[in-house]
Amino acid sequence: MRTADVITTATRNAFRSRLRTTLTALSLFVGAFTLTLTTALGAGVNDYVTKQVETLSTGDVLLVTPAASTDTTDGPNEYDPDGRQQSGQANPLGSGTLLNDDDLEATRAIACVDRVEPVRQISVDWIAGDADAAADGRYELDVNPTSSIGRSDLVAGAQLDQESGDLQILLPEDYVDALGFSDAEDAVGATVTLGYTDAALEEQTVEAEVVGVARTSLLAAGSGVNQALTDEIADAQAVPGQPNAYAVAVAYLEGSGADGAVTAADVDAVKADLADADLAGQTVEDQLGVIQTVITGIIGVLSAFAVVALIAASFGIVNTLLMSVQERTREIGLMKAMGMSNGRVFGLFSLEAVVIGLLGSAIGALAAIGVGTAISAGAASTVLADLPGLTLLLFEPATVVTVIVVIMVIAFLSGVLPARRAARQDPIESLRYE
Amino acid sequence: MTPAAAPPRGAPVIRAVDLAKTYGSGETRFDALKGVSLDVQHGESLAIVGRSGSGKSTLMHLLALLDRPNAGRIEVDGEDVAGAGARTLNRLRNERFGFVFQQFFLTAQQSVLENVTLPLLVAGVAPRERTRRGMAVLESLGLADKAKNRATDLSGGQKQRVVIARALINEPDVIFADEPTGNLDTATGRQVEDLLFGLQRDRGITLVVVTHDEELAARCDRRITIADGRIIARTDAAASVVTEGAAR
Repeated sequence: MRTADVITTATRNAFRSRLRTTLTALSLFVGAFTLTLTTALGAGVNDYVTKQVETLSTGDVLLVTPAASTDTTDGPNEYDPDGRQQSGQANPLGSGTLLNDDDLEATRAIACVDRVEPVRQISVDWIAGDADAAADGRYELDVNPTSSIGRSDLVAGAQLDQESGDLQILLPEDYVDALGFSDAEDAVGATVTLGYTDAALEEQTVEAEVVGVARTSLLAAGSGVNQALTDEIADAQAVPGQPNAYAVAVAYLEGSGADGAVTAADVDAVKADLADADLAGQTVEDQLGVIQTVITGIIGVLSAFAVVALIAASFGIVNTLLMSVQERTREIGLMKAMGMSNGRVFGLFSLEAVVIGLLGSAIGALAAIGVGTAISAGAASTVLADLPGLTLLLFEPATVVTVIVVIMVIAFLSGVLPARRAARQDPIESLRYE
Repeated sequence: MTPAAAPPRGAPVIRAVDLAKTYGSGETRFDALKGVSLDVQHGESLAIVGRSGSGKSTLMHLLALLDRPNAGRIEVDGEDVAGAGARTLNRLRNERFGFVFQQFFLTAQQSVLENVTLPLLVAGVAPRERTRRGMAVLESLGLADKAKNRATDLSGGQKQRVVIARALINEPDVIFADEPTGNLDTATGRQVEDLLFGLQRDRGITLVVVTHDEELAARCDRRITIADGRIIARTDAAASVVTEGAAR
């Protein structure tokens, strides 16, 4: 029997009992539908995070935090007066332990490290377009403490110059109108006034130059300010007499590669040196890698549910094909009497399973793409409108094809038992079968 | 069949020597055949008769290479097939043998043409060629207008003619017919018999008929009678049968 004929015959056999095939394919449909959606969700969210990393990372900075305590000896740790302080509040960027000035010095001493700047939390009360603005011309402003780490997704203007002595600020896009600028380009180069409260609870103001306007992004909310402006406000807000402590410091690297480019080896060397100093260094990619790992984990769990549905469906295939083999016992006997080999009989029935698998998975995947695209478009214009660039469900052709192929393989495996039973039938017994 | 390669009329196309077949073991052991030897001559019609349970069907299955004997040997064109692999046996059955069963074994959901061309499908013949040969054989049996019909829409006689068309399509040397008229009324059965003997006479196809129908057996060139797994009688060609066949 020709292979093409085996395929055609198996396909026609699958449609001989339409209702039964449809019901079996339907159970696969559910699995395929779910699996396509969960993988698309994972792809969509990961794609978004990756894009954010691309806009954010300069590739030559390391976030330095105290190494997580690996001390597992019994009992409480002994007090060290020169040791690090503990943070009073949870900090998403570092561990509970804070960096002190010794740590910064240690980091500066490492080869390849150009300079080290601690990330200092500052709080700004308001921002206004000009210094004389009345109370109703003032707006609240969040300063993003990590804005010094990398680049922002700019609408207009330039990135912050961390080494400049000028006071610079990067405005979020939605402040342009509020502060009285006609558009983003108009805002660039203008001077804005920031109001803050110093350690003595006195109101202070400072003027800063707008160097750019940034698009809102998932990972960089609020306004960015350069190191000079941060230091200005942070120094004023520091409690006098208290030793300096920082959650995170940023190490700017100087690469050994061509044109001072930072190579992966440089990053690894610095990380190793930091580890020796009981510090931990992470690139922005490392940090976002953690996020991606979490997302992948969640998607994995969701996909596992879909796989459970598929396993249930595979028993349906076994059942359907066993019935099919039973019904066609005499036909199998006849074909074997006429010289059909066991292998071809096996192929005929296992391919029938694959056809059912293809049917269920292809329809399921198509339905998922249709429904998912509608949901994605709906969400993008409503609940996810604040996250531009996020496609909630991203259907990658390769992934969809993989899902279909995986389900066809599952269907084939389910078909093995019934197909073997068919292949092993004795033609004489089969022909006697009533 | 390739007439040039076929052995001359009179040489045995199938030879069985001391065939024994046993089913089960111990208490339930059943000896279906206990040493049966016979030659099937090329171009003859041979009737295997006996009561049900006598072993006649078992003998036919062994001769048709559908089953292997426990002892003894079978030769096809003088070659022992005991050592042949499954692939060789499948090829032999597909290319040299045709089967006609009491139950028609037609696939209900398929057209008459598809049913008839099943052996060619198994043999791996291209679709266009299958249709051509299928239509040719249906034409020769006067069933061309039924080609597109479903197999279940036919009468009993038509069904058995479709079955014979299926047995003929690969131009076999031997047709094995197991109670070919068992499910048919006398008149229709007669027509099917005429058809089978006509093929034997006109195309030189060897006919092995298993039956307990005396009249059918009497029309064959030769008959062997089986009882309790042994051949108890061999009757050579009855002159009347030959005459009767020739007169038609």
